[in-house]
Amino acid sequence: MIDIRSSLSDMLRGEAGLDSIKHGCDVGECGACTVLIDGKPFNSCIYLAIWAEGKTILTLEGLSTTKGAISDIQQAFIDEGAVQCGICTPGFIMASIPIIESDVPATRDEIKRQIAGNLCRCTGYEHIVDAIEKTQKKRIAERAR
Amino acid sequence: MYNFKTLYEATSVAEALKLKADHPEALFLAGGSDILIKIREGRLDGVDLINIYMLDELRGICLEDDGSILIRPLTSFTDVAMHPVIKEHLPVLGEAVNTIGGPQVRNIGTIGGNICNGVPSADSAITLKAYDATLEIVSTEGTRILPYADFNLGFGKVDLGPTELLAGIRIPKASWENTFGHYIKYSMRKAMDIATLGCSVNVKLSKDKQAIDRLRIAFGVAAPVPVRSPKAEELAKGKNITQALIDQIGEAVLGDVNPRSSWRAGREFRLQLIEELAKRATIEAINKAGGTINV
Repeated sequence: MIDIRSSLSDMLRGEAGLDSIKHGCDVGECGACTVLIDGKPFNSCIYLAIWAEGKTILTLEGLSTTKGAISDIQQAFIDEGAVQCGICTPGFIMASIPIIESDVPATRDEIKRQIAGNLCRCTGYEHIVDAIEKTQKKRIAERAR
Repeated sequence: MYNFKTLYEATSVAEALKLKADHPEALFLAGGSDILIKIREGRLDGVDLINIYMLDELRGICLEDDGSILIRPLTSFTDVAMHPVIKEHLPVLGEAVNTIGGPQVRNIGTIGGNICNGVPSADSAITLKAYDATLEIVSTEGTRILPYADFNLGFGKVDLGPTELLAGIRIPKASWENTFGHYIKYSMRKAMDIATLGCSVNVKLSKDKQAIDRLRIAFGVAAPVPVRSPKAEELAKGKNITQALIDQIGEAVLGDVNPRSSWRAGREFRLQLIEELAKRATIEAINKAGGTINV
């Protein structure tokens, strides 16, 4: 049973213990609570938990292929130095999933537009864009094989 | 946790209207990107809500038999921008809603919420105003059709009674056919920002593309509600497309606006934006229509 007044972020972090969900601004401005709902990015802080019934929710925890092994986009964030304090990282990675899963190569400007709903106060964004750009290119090359 | 009192669940439009008739003080909850934030900020503590977000009958876009484009109010900004009917016949509306927030906000925010909110900065509202949209408003008493021109009563106030629900937004065929639009949002940032000023222009040119058959200009944040410029529209009717005409349009629009000074921008700056954006958006709309500016 969930409280009808819960946001999806309350439920995922509080009830389900999914700590990748960060309560940043809690008003839909910072993107730190971003999850994919049926494949699209949403701010889980301004989404009622009851709306999620019957929908597929993907959080950062769901990116690992096997227990403990992180995904390519997470590794790319590490390799490119796209993580500093780390609070924004799960949200950025979830917002980047539709980009890296697309077969159409995104320009840096398009990547910036796709992550415009996520705030980072540490990195200056460039390394984040690098990580997403490289992962997308790698995935497109892998799929072409 | 959101501090609302009661959440009434509607499973159909009919049930939503019945709930609203029984609880007229309750607010309809669509995507929630305004209401849930107000609750979070303590500005709607203890409010009663009627949840309509799950009602798919209020979602979607279609080209009707009479050629009008019908947009259901719960359609998200993303779905408006991606819809083939909008891309083909009314691309300027997609361009306008694509300036809203960021991807997450465009996935949850709805076009109906954007206009029922009644604020002058609503990016979708400015273009809907420029295209003479009509609104279908329903209650347990029946349906009424209202020109969008009459919907905004004042800042944050719209012509929706306590038991009424916006059920459809319609753009008549004569309004979009052979018509080309352009929207310019002036804001401090390229994303996650509210318009300092918004300007939506559309034109229908003569067959030889030398003259303007119909010009429509609407502004956001140029007055307490989104407004049109009848002076500029009248002036342009039937005129040959020249730089002098563009300049006259830029001057004429100033007679139909009344911007305020706010922390975002002063009145003087907004007046300058109004004149300049009207000219730029008009030129772009003419270019999209295949016309050129004669010297």
